[in-house]
Amino acid sequence: MSANPNQLENVSVEVSGLRKSFGKLQVLNGINFKVNPGEIFVIMGPSGSGKSVLLRHIIGLETPDAGQILIQGEPVGANGVRDKYRMALVFQSAALLTSLSVGENVGLYLTEHFSKTPAEIATIVVAKLEAVGLAGLQDRSPGELSGGMQKRVAIARALVMEPQLFLFDEPTAELDPPMAVTIDEEILKLKNRTHATSIIVTHDRTLAFSLADRVAMIFDGQIVFVGTPEEVKRQTEPRIHEFIYAKMPTSKPS
Amino acid sequence: MFQHIGEIITLFWRTLQALPLCWRQRGKIAAQLFEIGNVSLMMVCILSLFIAGVVALQTGPVMVSHGLGSVVGGMIGLSMCKEFAPVMMSILIAGRIGSAMAAEIGAMRVYQEIDALHTMNIDPVHYLVLPRMVAIALALPALVTFSSPVGWFGGALVCTLNQRIGISFDAFFHSLRDEVDPGDIFNGIFKSFIFALAIGIISCHQGLVTRGGPRAIGRSVTKAVVNSIVVILILDYFLTRILLYVQK
Repeated sequence: MSANPNQLENVSVEVSGLRKSFGKLQVLNGINFKVNPGEIFVIMGPSGSGKSVLLRHIIGLETPDAGQILIQGEPVGANGVRDKYRMALVFQSAALLTSLSVGENVGLYLTEHFSKTPAEIATIVVAKLEAVGLAGLQDRSPGELSGGMQKRVAIARALVMEPQLFLFDEPTAELDPPMAVTIDEEILKLKNRTHATSIIVTHDRTLAFSLADRVAMIFDGQIVFVGTPEEVKRQTEPRIHEFIYAKMPTSKPS
Repeated sequence: MFQHIGEIITLFWRTLQALPLCWRQRGKIAAQLFEIGNVSLMMVCILSLFIAGVVALQTGPVMVSHGLGSVVGGMIGLSMCKEFAPVMMSILIAGRIGSAMAAEIGAMRVYQEIDALHTMNIDPVHYLVLPRMVAIALALPALVTFSSPVGWFGGALVCTLNQRIGISFDAFFHSLRDEVDPGDIFNGIFKSFIFALAIGIISCHQGLVTRGGPRAIGRSVTKAVVNSIVVILILDYFLTRILLYVQK
């Protein structure tokens, strides 16, 4: 499949020496990694390891205490960088605007940036909702949709921006297994369609190993290993091994 | 406290800078105007009618007994348009609209909707604060303009119907015309405009700084209303001093 000729250039992301604490709690403790243009990079680790905070730093929602994040070599906090590179974040909670309809949510970026006519926006909204399997739901309220559907609306909203960098925060959290598979497929289709650089934060091993070009393992605010899914599976570091091969108990406690 | 005052001043300055975007945001401004006018008009009528009625009841008999019946209309007219209408309507709007602003923006903050706006490069000041500020700055003076004549009517009604006062409609409005000039009406409208800006910016700021969960939204709403009322009363004193000096 060839890339869309109108597609903007995909971007690299480089995080170096990133530190962040909230009060006395050190959440990120010297994070370093680089994501190549067009790559699907999965950051995996247990709950509370700093994954979501890291993602919020990458898109500029948090200011680091130390270190820097470079988008295509430019600091994310610098003037004009957010305007120059299109970045979209799909929140764990979907974060749809509940006062707007599904269609208004999906078209919000275009409406607020006055880049298209209302008729063009309506056409794009229909197309993007169709792309995530939610055709015809544009007049519904977000509250009428299931968690999985809301997440797909959030993906459609992000797609409208035609982002060069896609960020996903726990895309399969709180979803039943079939819905999680659907979201996996949506992300993969997205990758094939847009070739955008993607960073996915998750603790879902199935998602990570099925989608990732590379996986970073994060524990206690530090990246302890970066490699391909196969390399991660072969790791013998106790925390990684325990996380990857954690199993349900085989017998009920007596 | 000083940090909050600094944040409020900064937010107000950013809102002023965003004023050229009013035309683009006209749809949202119209929706907010409808919201403020629609929910408040009936309350404004009831409040104005009864405030002026109570003022007439409390002062009318005393003034008439001292032979000052000819100034009752003027006194009620002045007190309504210069003080009661702007202050009471502003307090009403702080309770009804300021609380709604703080709750809505606070909920959007808590449930990451404002973060979502940031990720779409949409400035919350342009999207949320500007339409609300413009709408309240237009709606509150309009409501106060409406409130004064309704109050005058309420005062006249009580003066006519109450046997201890016994001032006719004609005599009431004759006295009112003698005492109240357009400058007095403008005085009240100007005050309400300043109060509107205070309510809008305090409520929007309180919403934007909400952190935590549903309980934090409740706290923000309470703070927005209480702070707005306190600021309205403080501003009222200083504005009255300034306007009395200017009108000399």
